Amino acid sequence: MTIRVLNPTSEAAVDTMEPAQRLTSLEGKTVGLISNGKEGTAGFFAHVDRLLRERYQVAKVVLRTKSNYSAPAEDEIIDEARNWDLVISGLGD
Amino acid sequence: MNSVVNAIPDAFKSQYFDLEDVADAQEFYHSRGWTDGFPIVPPTPEAVQTCLDWVLMPANEIIGIEPVRERAITAEKLAINAVMAGCLPAHFPVVVAAMMAMLKEEFLLHGTTASTGGCAILVILNGSIRKEIGSRSDFNVLGSSDRATSVIGRAIRLALINILQVSPGAIDRSTLGHPGKISYCIAEDEEGSDWPSLAESRDIPKDASAVTVLAACAPRQIMNEWTSKPEEILDTYAAEMRANMRNYSIWSGNYAVVMAPQHREHMRAAGWGRKEIANYLFEKARVKRSEWSTVGKGSVIRDKGDTEYCALPSPDHLLLIAAGGPAGGFGAIIPPWLGTKSRAVTAAIGACIDCEPPSQSR
Repeated sequence: MTIRVLNPTSEAAVDTMEPAQRLTSLEGKTVGLISNGKEGTAGFFAHVDRLLRERYQVAKVVLRTKSNYSAPAEDEIIDEARNWDLVISGLGD
Repeated sequence: MNSVVNAIPDAFKSQYFDLEDVADAQEFYHSRGWTDGFPIVPPTPEAVQTCLDWVLMPANEIIGIEPVRERAITAEKLAINAVMAGCLPAHFPVVVAAMMAMLKEEFLLHGTTASTGGCAILVILNGSIRKEIGSRSDFNVLGSSDRATSVIGRAIRLALINILQVSPGAIDRSTLGHPGKISYCIAEDEEGSDWPSLAESRDIPKDASAVTVLAACAPRQIMNEWTSKPEEILDTYAAEMRANMRNYSIWSGNYAVVMAPQHREHMRAAGWGRKEIANYLFEKARVKRSEWSTVGKGSVIRDKGDTEYCALPSPDHLLLIAAGGPAGGFGAIIPPWLGTKSRAVTAAIGACIDCEPPSQSR
């Protein structure tokens, strides 16, 4: 006796995206930091900011904070990110 | 000896497997991470089709789309997971309505299921469907009270795991989680209560069956058997809400309160209904930020010590549920996952099969 059973998973083909072109250097670049706004993020991203400028000669660091740390970043932040060379998004706590 | 296996309905899109027997199916599903660790009912095409027939839905009907990751959930996939959880076809309309409610934007399903906070989806049943499916609202109501609520709650969890990849360590990043993440479904004791039902209090017509979903922490049980005064009884509930605000999350949101018959009888005798209870808890379940200093969180009070926080943004954010066994001065508060980031949603069951169910949140 054989039983026929069905796959319970979505099976949906995940859309693949082209990764952004890799940077060869951070020197003179603009880096965006997207914080989720939790308590620990202030110190964490301040440290990242300093490292980027001092160790990697990043020209400009832009910090943006999501209004809801459990939801995706607002459209305005995503739109602004198009002007950055690199984005770092993290939890920070 | 192999016999001929049954054909797959043309409308089904799912991959299928021909396995030796039920025991083989258990290992097959467990090994692929498609279970919650308990045995599953093998989802055969016949069993899945019977669920779909019960709700008059074609296999490719879109139950809804998870808004953040934009993943569609079809009736076929939801039915497969419901069968695996042990659902009978009669249970499936509840699973469908609960999932539709969870997919409302204000529920923020992705955030609730991905969060380190580790909440579960509490499903509360109202209306005649409770009796039709044999759910119980009395003994052990927050545990394994009956078959129907156990398998409906489990179906929700399996659907999240399999359709939305909410597996521990994948989308589910819960630090601790809680036992409600296995199954978390209760039916309100409408017959044992003279209140309007929870669903009715949330604008669902009296004759309709409905589900309410809440992104919910574990129940916190309270006990007060030494007074008959509503104020004193509710002071115990309010104290537990305040404790949660200090120790877990200070943000206001939809708190569920489960009240067993013994306390409800005292409320009834004093003429206190939903409104009076909600108003009282709204006034009493408040803390000042300075109270964080008593629980080791003094470092984040800063200059906001005098700021007052209320557990409920307004009295109608309370989800007061009549349920529990006949004896014992017990009740429970069930805190929200994280303030109003996720809002409870109530939806009628089977009110319309080709449109979205009526729903609202507050």
